[in-house]
Amino acid sequence: MSHHLVEVRELRHAYPDGTLALDGPTFTLHHGEAVALVGANGAGKSTLLKHLNGTLRAASGEVRVGELPVQAETLAQVRRTVGMVFQDPDDMLFMPTVLEDVAFGPRNLGFPPPEAEARARVALGQVGAAHLAAKAPYHLSVGEKRRCALAAVLAMGPDILVLDEPSTGLDPRGRRLLVGLLQAFTHTRIIATHDLDLASRLCPRTLVLHRGRLVADGPTRAILADRARMESWDLEAWPPEA
Amino acid sequence: MPSLAAALLDLRELDRLARLDTPVHRLDPRAKVLATAAFLATLASFGPREVSALLPLALFPVALAALGEVPFGLLARKTLLGLPFILVLGAFLPWVDRVPVLQLGPLAVSGGWLAFASLLVRGLLAMVTATALVAVTGFGDLCAALDRLGAPRAFSQQLLFLHRYLFLAGEETGRALQARELRAFGRPLAPREYGAFAGHLLTRSWERAERVHAALRARGFDGVLPARAQTAFGTGAWGFLLGWSAFFFLCRWLALPALLGGLLAGGGS
Amino acid sequence: MADALVSAAVGGSFWALSGGALAGCSRRLRRDEDERRVPLMGVLGAFVFAVQMVNFAIPGTGSSGHLVGTLLLSALLGPPAAVLVMGSVLLVQALFFADGGLLAFGCNLFNMGILPALVAYPLVFRPLDRRGHPAAGAILGAVAALQLGALAVVLETVLSGLTGLPFRPFLLAMLPIHLPIGLAEGLATALLLRFLRRARPELAAVRPEPAGRPLLALVLGAAVLTAGMLSWAASSRPDGLEWSVSRVAPAGADAPDGAVHRFAARLQRRTSVLPEYALPGTEPAGPAASRRGTSLSGLLGGAATLGLVAGAGWLITRGRRILRARPEA
Repeated sequence: MSHHLVEVRELRHAYPDGTLALDGPTFTLHHGEAVALVGANGAGKSTLLKHLNGTLRAASGEVRVGELPVQAETLAQVRRTVGMVFQDPDDMLFMPTVLEDVAFGPRNLGFPPPEAEARARVALGQVGAAHLAAKAPYHLSVGEKRRCALAAVLAMGPDILVLDEPSTGLDPRGRRLLVGLLQAFTHTRIIATHDLDLASRLCPRTLVLHRGRLVADGPTRAILADRARMESWDLEAWPPEA
Repeated sequence: MPSLAAALLDLRELDRLARLDTPVHRLDPRAKVLATAAFLATLASFGPREVSALLPLALFPVALAALGEVPFGLLARKTLLGLPFILVLGAFLPWVDRVPVLQLGPLAVSGGWLAFASLLVRGLLAMVTATALVAVTGFGDLCAALDRLGAPRAFSQQLLFLHRYLFLAGEETGRALQARELRAFGRPLAPREYGAFAGHLLTRSWERAERVHAALRARGFDGVLPARAQTAFGTGAWGFLLGWSAFFFLCRWLALPALLGGLLAGGGS
Repeated sequence: MADALVSAAVGGSFWALSGGALAGCSRRLRRDEDERRVPLMGVLGAFVFAVQMVNFAIPGTGSSGHLVGTLLLSALLGPPAAVLVMGSVLLVQALFFADGGLLAFGCNLFNMGILPALVAYPLVFRPLDRRGHPAAGAILGAVAALQLGALAVVLETVLSGLTGLPFRPFLLAMLPIHLPIGLAEGLATALLLRFLRRARPELAAVRPEPAGRPLLALVLGAAVLTAGMLSWAASSRPDGLEWSVSRVAPAGADAPDGAVHRFAARLQRRTSVLPEYALPGTEPAGPAASRRGTSLSGLLGGAATLGLVAGAGWLITRGRRILRARPEA
């Protein structure tokens, strides 16, 4: 693929009980861009993210990753391109050791075990977690788990990183580490978050979801600072009033 | 069963021990599993009133634990947890069989007492050995060993997932119990509450499983975990397995303590 | 069931039986190809493990009960998956909590996994549930499963012949003990199913596939065969223990043959004659007397053996400590 971008057009998704979780958001992500996705609880952020790697399939509308429409036949390729870091790292890490876990994705991509392991070690190095390789995932701190989960995705060599609430549960030091890491990446990044400080540090552009609709798409600082509009979306302005 | 918190602590402690690096830890896990199986088979093959003949077998768990740096305090504690059941059942035996079979000076020991002692020794040996095995092998390696010894892949995979989510489920349940206790002031859980209490935990588990599944799919999972790194069954493993098997065989067919005791008694008289 | 109560023959047979069932269930699941089940089984196994330690008050009794979970898992995931999940839970308990035991694992999986999932679930729970009585199905199903389980424990113990507990009184003690346990299990299962079907109908609506007939038939056949064998033994031979021991474990109670053993016996005879301990009125040359003699020397030897083993353990620990200390010094 020459240019890595994500196109979402008129995406609609309804929950089994009939609630419309996504009501037609339309946007495009460009190569290497870092975009924040903000919105109150239940605004549809996680649902939107799940469409980007095909965990959920669009009821109507379209999601394209690069040249590929996200549909059953393209799932394997889409998931190789779009790396999804889940909100709760415990949902991701399950193998007996961190190294095996990080190598899990590459092995499923068909790499022979030594090569998968080598990729895993590189990815662990990228997130500063090489020393955790032999540990069991359930004995790690939240910050360590999150970095390992990030490595698990990086090891698959994605072009696009999708992160769901990456700073939840981190202490200030862990959060600083994470911001530093994410800043250094050149991947196209889309970050769903309540952490507006993180959004303003990492992402020049912000999308705002409100009740399933895309209500704002533009420069982060301008959007986050617009007190009246932010409050109308059940959010608070950033930076807060002095 | 121990309390939830104690159970989780023990799980963690055994996990920590399993990551030590000693010669027994480095052995192929299959050798340890097979030797343990031979041990248990030997132990179970003794007759109901054997006591002293079982004792040499203790060398196996003791050697495993000592070489693998397993604290004996932990072994003793784990073993005490399992004793009550044996004690309750065993307590009936002296009444069932009162025929004296052994005379110690003025004291006649009935077959029931001998059988009781035998049960105790068996129980202790079996429990100590199981604990020592996990402590020097680790659960992941045990699963891999079972897998390579021919256990169904669905089962070894299930064991891995279960062990992984034990900690989370245990902590979640513990937190929920604690939160309830803070408002319940010692009032026991009524059946009506139980449905909702355990039901919430169940739905949360279910939702977790769905997220785990989504995460697995996102990384290309197709229903089967990749096999773990393969190690060769080396000379060390063969030596361990054959050596111990020979020892068990010796224990079974030669009453070593009787020989020893005979020598001692004969020498003394 | 505990390791201490199981003889090699009984432990091995039930390992084979339960192992076969486990393999059968795994094959059935593989054919099913719903990989959603893989994490679900793991996470629900962890749930069952944790929730087994949550006790609730049984109304009107002052005692408390808890969930075992096989029937619930059968209703949620289908019997084959339930057998696999219970197998994993029991194995973890045997390994980490000295609960049950490795040798008795086959027996325990049979009693607590296979009987409820492959017998009580399809024969009691499902028919009642389909007719709209899930609570009755859960309670009757659990009681049936626990009674069968108690019977199986008695059979396994008596067949093992390590305790000498007589079949009938033992059974008559075990069945009533397991009645309230079964009621509690049924109650817990019914409550959880009701909660789930009300709160999250889409989860509870997952239709588990039916248990295969051949597997069920196999298990039932084995159970009936064992029960028949044993009741015959118990009625025709008052001394069921001796019979089962001599029948099941021929090398168990009696001295084994062989050149090595003959040599050992000769050695023992020569070295361990302790006439002062013989009871008056028994033939000095009889097997009973020689047994007493060897038993005492066995006691002596046992103490000496324990001393040796403990010494070996101490030496190893000590040696390792010294080896480890050396590089630092």
